[in-house]
Amino acid sequence: MKTLSADVVVVGGGSTGVGVVRDVAMRGYSAILVDRADLAQGTTGRYHGLLHSGGRYVVSDPHSATECAEENAIISRINADAVELTGGYFVATQVDDPAWGDDWAKGATDTKVPFEEVSVADVLKAEPRLNPKISRAFAVQDGSVDGWQMVWGAANSAKQYGAQILTYHRVTGITRDGDRVSQVICTDDKTGEEVRISTNFVLNCAAAWGGGIAAMAGCPDVQVVPGAGIMIAMNHRLTNSVVNRLTYPADGDILVPVHTVCIIGTTDQKADDPDRLMIDWGEVQQMMDCGELLVPGFRSARAIHAWAGARPLVKDSRVGAGDTRHMSRGMSIIDHSDRDGLKGLLTIAGGKLTTYRLMAEKVVNAMCAQLNDPRPCRTATEQVPGSESGRNYVITHRLEEREHDRYDDQILCECELMSKGMFTRALADQPKGSFDDLRRQLRLGMGPCQGGFCSMRATGVALQSEHIDIERATGLMRLFLKNRWIGIWPILYGDQVRQTALDNWIFQGTLDVEHLPGPTHEEVV
Amino acid sequence: MNASDGLDYAATQLARASLDHCVKCTICETHCPVSAVTDKFTGPKYVGPQAERFRHGESVDHSLDYCSSCGACTLACPQGVKIAELNGQARAVMKSDHMPLRDQLISQTTLMGMAMTPVAPVANAALSIKPLRTVIEKVMGIHRDAPMPKANTQTLAGWLKKRPKPTAKATRGTLVFFHGCAGGYFEVETSKKSIEVLEHLGYEVLVPKQGCCGLAEQSNGLFDGATAKVLKLCDELRSAGRDLTIISSSGSCTGMLKHEAHLIMGVDDARLADVGTRIRDIMEFLLELYEAGELPTDFKPIELTAVYHAPCQLKSQGMGQPALEILKLIPGVQAVESEVACCGIAGTYGLKKEKYEIAQAVGKPLFDKVKRVNPEFAMCDTETCRWQIRKGSGAKVEHPVFLVHQAYGLS
Repeated sequence: MKTLSADVVVVGGGSTGVGVVRDVAMRGYSAILVDRADLAQGTTGRYHGLLHSGGRYVVSDPHSATECAEENAIISRINADAVELTGGYFVATQVDDPAWGDDWAKGATDTKVPFEEVSVADVLKAEPRLNPKISRAFAVQDGSVDGWQMVWGAANSAKQYGAQILTYHRVTGITRDGDRVSQVICTDDKTGEEVRISTNFVLNCAAAWGGGIAAMAGCPDVQVVPGAGIMIAMNHRLTNSVVNRLTYPADGDILVPVHTVCIIGTTDQKADDPDRLMIDWGEVQQMMDCGELLVPGFRSARAIHAWAGARPLVKDSRVGAGDTRHMSRGMSIIDHSDRDGLKGLLTIAGGKLTTYRLMAEKVVNAMCAQLNDPRPCRTATEQVPGSESGRNYVITHRLEEREHDRYDDQILCECELMSKGMFTRALADQPKGSFDDLRRQLRLGMGPCQGGFCSMRATGVALQSEHIDIERATGLMRLFLKNRWIGIWPILYGDQVRQTALDNWIFQGTLDVEHLPGPTHEEVV
Repeated sequence: MNASDGLDYAATQLARASLDHCVKCTICETHCPVSAVTDKFTGPKYVGPQAERFRHGESVDHSLDYCSSCGACTLACPQGVKIAELNGQARAVMKSDHMPLRDQLISQTTLMGMAMTPVAPVANAALSIKPLRTVIEKVMGIHRDAPMPKANTQTLAGWLKKRPKPTAKATRGTLVFFHGCAGGYFEVETSKKSIEVLEHLGYEVLVPKQGCCGLAEQSNGLFDGATAKVLKLCDELRSAGRDLTIISSSGSCTGMLKHEAHLIMGVDDARLADVGTRIRDIMEFLLELYEAGELPTDFKPIELTAVYHAPCQLKSQGMGQPALEILKLIPGVQAVESEVACCGIAGTYGLKKEKYEIAQAVGKPLFDKVKRVNPEFAMCDTETCRWQIRKGSGAKVEHPVFLVHQAYGLS
């Protein structure tokens, strides 16, 4: 058993949790963040990559719209290296009422979301693949953001202020001392060791999993409803700007260019268990239809991966329990001292990735208020490590980097232009990491071949690096391929079938990967 | 299509959709003659379907300029990725804001021919003077040793005007002949022999006044000029008569009309589509006649063993190697297939000082084969390739129609 102590324990390593731990650490508290898996492995890593301009909510949720507009500018600056300033459009397709644009424009004016009405001809010149039948268009300041990069930037900032980040530490219990929280008990899933952290304050940022955490502290019935949405990544950017349908928020209303791909999203289905989100074939078809409406020919373009994420929506008695789309997108802070008579525990849920910093500011303010220890928030002005230059991400980044180091380094992942050096450096930082942990930071295996070629190269290099032995190498490769497959089978049509067939011949036919000598127990995380 | 549309198309549309077909099999890389001899070029898969996903209308990977546009990659790709076309488009966009003067000048093929013909002996002498070539290399970036065309004292138009009119009556109908810039000014013999063979077969051959197809400009990324030229040429060829088959002995220019102008520059014009479907390479045309049982095979024997090299830009037209089939019909002729993807010159690529050495290395296996098989003579369908092989091997290199002409007793 290991014992640690900190002023504050943050549970959950998604965008909210790292935003909170950064804020707490910058205000001078000692802090430890725990997550049952890797950073940003849950909802933060399973979304469409949009940095909201606020335009999506100007009619349906004006308060969120204004918050998004304000935070968009801040995040573009403090997380500069994770954000691409793509710009975006709201367009009325032939099935949308152009007159609704007047309501939208009024909403945008009222909520202070910057916009400009632009001619259809100009939009089509900028985005020539867009549906030529669009009748009306507004330009907004949408961007795209790499959730993993943003989260790691904030986590590294927190570390600079002394915070500890403990991934793969699963919370198994929260103990109380009278009416106060006293200890968070975790299991280190990489070693099996129990870790007990003494603390005065727990900030529950476990989002869709937050009800379970609150229950461990004896606070029942915290209902965070998982609102499941599927997303599909297309092989290359069909547009270079974010494209939204000019309509009341609905399924399949957005196409976001992120890195090398563009992502169509999303649906909204109430889920029972955020760990078991299904990708329904009907929803895939629905996304394809929506894509076709934005970009004619979408169906014949190549889809490479699908996934589902669980929005953490705090149950609101004003809407029906099954209607997750219209539950509040705003953030909710539950103060358990009022609700359950337990001091030192706040649960936060809801909100959006775009407002992760603002949510953190609010919850840490609430903590300071409960502690009667007001300290100012400084997170909006200081850039996270890696973003000091203030330069935003551009799509050509890696192509330019490889142009310069191509004589000196090898490329392991050709689709995403990830070099051997990038991989070995990340592995040295995280020697116990799975290939998926490395993937989230490096984009290993996230291109069209979906690990077909790069996973075996990465396995060989990892083995050579002596961080892992041959049995673990086999286990890691098998796990990586298995996890890729989860996102491939729902979209297995067209060009991706050929790729999958080739990959299958290589791994099953040539390498007989199923029968390689593996570890006595398979890698599972 | 106005001035900037071609580049807009290249920047945004590209042959880009085809990159979705890439399964990373790497077959294209194994066929690339350039990456086989230099690591300056990152290879067709890298530059094409991979790098394209990282471009946003701009190209930061300047190494893509080492692609010679030979098209061996597109031809080899079993999945249908338009790799060479993607690369050509990306290069055009990359160079658009700093187009070298050299690339603007050497792509003006008609201009070169017109300027050199009246002073042919002087021009030829001048181009063989080392110090002058060194100056040209320094100022223009054209390598001092790069192969240069020999100017003729008589253009094809001049010959057509002066020759006695064919006396035999045309029994098979009328054809239009497209000679290309080189066939009009430098490789005039090829055009003459092609016309004479067609007339011998019983065709009336019309040769309308015609300009350049714009291929050299296209391959140098000068899409505006190339688009204007290719459409003007279509008008000229169409003016000779509707629905007539158009024949050319200028292999790469034929490819420009058949597919490149449309695929690479996005020229979407009914005139181009019309000409593109009517045009035939001369050897392709002869093979079609043969397969229809309409080609007289009363060939006189020629005792000759020589290398035949099918140029990259001919193979990319997807018609196999018709010249090989026709040459087999001539008794005594042993045409030895070159079995190399490209001679290295790739239009104007091998003329450029920074690429000359690469082009020579690409062509070396071909030069060696020519020296081994028959150091005196070899055959190839396209003009700049013949200049390259002549320069590299020392052999006389002619269009295969020369042998057909001779076997019919016309020379």
